[in-house]
Amino acid sequence: MSGLIIEGVTKKFGNVTAVEDVNLHFKTGEMICFLGPSGCGKTTLLRMIAGLEEPTQGSISFEGKDLTRVPVHQRDIGMVFQSFALFPHLSVGENITYAMRIRGHSRSEREDRAKELLDMMHLPGVADRRISQLSGGQRQRVAIARALALNPQIFLLDEPMSALDANLREAMQIELRKLQQELGITTVVVTHDQTEAMTMADEIVVMGRARVLQTGSPMEIYKKPVDKFVAGFIGTSNLLPAKMSGENAVRVGSAELRVEHGAVGQPAGTDVLLMTRPEEVFVRPIGASAPANAVTGKVSFVRDIGATIEILVDCDGHEVISVLTPKDWPDVRIGDAVTVEMPAGACTVLAA
Amino acid sequence: MQEGTRLTRSIGLIPSSVMIGIFFMVPFVLILLTSVSVPTADGDYQLGFSLEHFDRFASWFYIERALFSAGLCALIALLSLLIAFPFTYMLTQFGPRSQTVWLIYILAQLSLSEVLIAFSWQILLSRTGGIANILVWVGLAEKSFSMAPSAGAVLAALVYLAVPFSVLLLYPALSRLDRSLTEAARTLGASPLRTFFTVVVPVTRPAIISGGVTIFVLTLGAIIVPQVLGKPEHWTLSVLITDQAIFNFNMPFASALAVVLLVISASVIYGVTKFFGGKS
Amino acid sequence: MNILRRLYLAIFAIYLIGPIIVITAVSFNEKRFLAFPPRGFSFRWYAEIFVANDWFAALMNSLVIALAAATLSVLIALPVAYTAWRYGLRYARALFGLGIAPFILPPVIMALGFLLLFTSTGFHGLMINVIIAHAIFLLALPLVTISLGLESVDKSLIEASQTMGASNAVVFRTVILPIAAPFAFAGFAFCFVLSLNEYIIALMTVGFTVETLPVKIFNALRYGYSPVIASIAVVFLLINITVFSLIARFSNLTRILGAQD
Repeated sequence: MSGLIIEGVTKKFGNVTAVEDVNLHFKTGEMICFLGPSGCGKTTLLRMIAGLEEPTQGSISFEGKDLTRVPVHQRDIGMVFQSFALFPHLSVGENITYAMRIRGHSRSEREDRAKELLDMMHLPGVADRRISQLSGGQRQRVAIARALALNPQIFLLDEPMSALDANLREAMQIELRKLQQELGITTVVVTHDQTEAMTMADEIVVMGRARVLQTGSPMEIYKKPVDKFVAGFIGTSNLLPAKMSGENAVRVGSAELRVEHGAVGQPAGTDVLLMTRPEEVFVRPIGASAPANAVTGKVSFVRDIGATIEILVDCDGHEVISVLTPKDWPDVRIGDAVTVEMPAGACTVLAA
Repeated sequence: MQEGTRLTRSIGLIPSSVMIGIFFMVPFVLILLTSVSVPTADGDYQLGFSLEHFDRFASWFYIERALFSAGLCALIALLSLLIAFPFTYMLTQFGPRSQTVWLIYILAQLSLSEVLIAFSWQILLSRTGGIANILVWVGLAEKSFSMAPSAGAVLAALVYLAVPFSVLLLYPALSRLDRSLTEAARTLGASPLRTFFTVVVPVTRPAIISGGVTIFVLTLGAIIVPQVLGKPEHWTLSVLITDQAIFNFNMPFASALAVVLLVISASVIYGVTKFFGGKS
Repeated sequence: MNILRRLYLAIFAIYLIGPIIVITAVSFNEKRFLAFPPRGFSFRWYAEIFVANDWFAALMNSLVIALAAATLSVLIALPVAYTAWRYGLRYARALFGLGIAPFILPPVIMALGFLLLFTSTGFHGLMINVIIAHAIFLLALPLVTISLGLESVDKSLIEASQTMGASNAVVFRTVILPIAAPFAFAGFAFCFVLSLNEYIIALMTVGFTVETLPVKIFNALRYGYSPVIASIAVVFLLINITVFSLIARFSNLTRILGAQD
């Protein structure tokens, strides 16, 4: 079997289970993001792929070769650490060609490769500098270049953006994704930042409490989260308590809404959550033609940030956010009674 | 991972264990055994158990020596900390360059053999050498005179010996002192002096206490200064131990005195840290 | 306040450096008798150190002992500090604590212990005795500096080099050693300087067979003033300053002394 396969992997540290029964299968050349809050086990899983931790149970293989018991230094991987882990006693060039040096590549070969990699990372001419002379962004580029020096089969990155400031982070996400596609290298990134995951990943693995909660493309996960935890972690979501009232319908307060996604078909009367995304719900002043599939509420806050406007509506004690563009502005003020339209295609039922 | 077993890791420790075992543990045990040994007919000593050497210590002469040693060292610890603390505080505010220069000098002086320190104070306190001449020159004394040997000379030289140590013992705590604490005190209206006494000193209390204990033990070990600058009644336990071991060849009694010294050092370290909660 | 500060600093500096200045001045005295302020100017008491056979022999003894003791001490400390740091072995940590102990106790206790050990085994008076004794007595210095150096090796650096294909031996050679070496050097240098200046252990282990410089100075002091001692004090101070300057240059002195980076 080709690709990166993780089968039944569990990792225990003493009594603490860091990763529990993880089964994943990725295609060669994919970019995969492990996404989750801190302590969810995503870094431990990455370190097991690297060989820095040994699974308590289960196996990890790549391109049909079992890696589970292969020592870290004999795996063909490149890894970027959260702190970048650049060697302070070596120059930039020496850092980048460290892997080549310990394998006995000649000096001229190393110098050529260092130059090539630094050009690729848009950092020409810094090979002789000390690490301490570099900025955070430059260090990250050096760390990436170093991990890629020997064209590894698997590229691993542990929270690679966390040491960068916000502007730089976004630019690097795009650059890293482009680089990965260019090289076609199987890549695993650990992150707690959903935007980062959505920007870069072919496949996102959402983790929580040592387990995999959902796997899928960014849009699958955004559109069809499996539970309220995933929904809350990816993007902003509106959650309203509801009761099933039919095969494809729920009741929220006095309003009845048709729904198309999620755990539909449960017996009537079951407590559920109705989830919608802010950009898919529409606020209208009361009195105009009453839309179907809507709830009522009162505007509690309006946040106009130029490109978009957010309207916060208090629906019987639960907050619903609607995000729209200025041209769709419904002209409502704080305190106005409004209807919030939730088209059936935008409604997802989640277990309460 | 893959780093070999506990056993293979421990193999590298064998040479060091042997060295520490033979040359630290064995001498220690020998002192304990010798201190309770019994004399033989020909004036030598052999293994056994007798407290006669401790009995000999339990006379007013030796107890007074022990008390004198402890009192002298406590006074020195106090004085040297008083002298060194403000300086160390200022030192940590210097730029990195001048800090390094000062530290190099202080280390160099601290490492200077006690023999040489004793010698320089001998000169300083002699009739023709230094301080007395200055006193004559400024009119405080009519005629130059010798200030050693005396208890004051011993005290002065030992404080001088202890000050560089005090600086280095206080340096870590003071250089790690969070500057925002003193800045906060200043914004709340405290003068620099008040800040010093209400923030700097209390926050670094553990270091002051453990520094004091260390200086105490350190000066307990002084051997040359009391001999060169003091009269026999100023000799400390360390001097008496040397005297017994080297010049009287009385190993059992020297060992007994060493055990007493050990007990004093250990109980002061233990007592002070427990009582004041300082870290050592 | 500022005036008070300066005044205090000035007094402190005079107190600290004054005696050294006096001794330096005296060492340039032309006459054999003690006089301060000095009469005349001459280097003859410095020349004496190297010309007078007994002084020169004592200096050489001290240098050989200090070099050997510092080397031995670092060699004993290295595996202990390394295993305690890398694997956290309880046994290594216990050994570490034991290795610190001799330095904390009053030196006369260790000195007496060594005296008993070497006399009871019949090896009294060999130069190797004082080398071993100093190495053990000063073991705390390389232990502490080397572990400081090892602690400055971030664990992620080791993992990074492993992911790039380094085996344990290669990690040690290419990452751990280069980063920790300046600290080991500092431990060596501290040991060297303190061994050079140490008196009581040298006296009790080899005092009557191998005369080190501090022992010889003390013996000379008993017979009254000798201007050579003043010049030796200056030479020793210069050696100390040189060694600590080297540490400051090639290692991280403020960090070794407990400041944060």
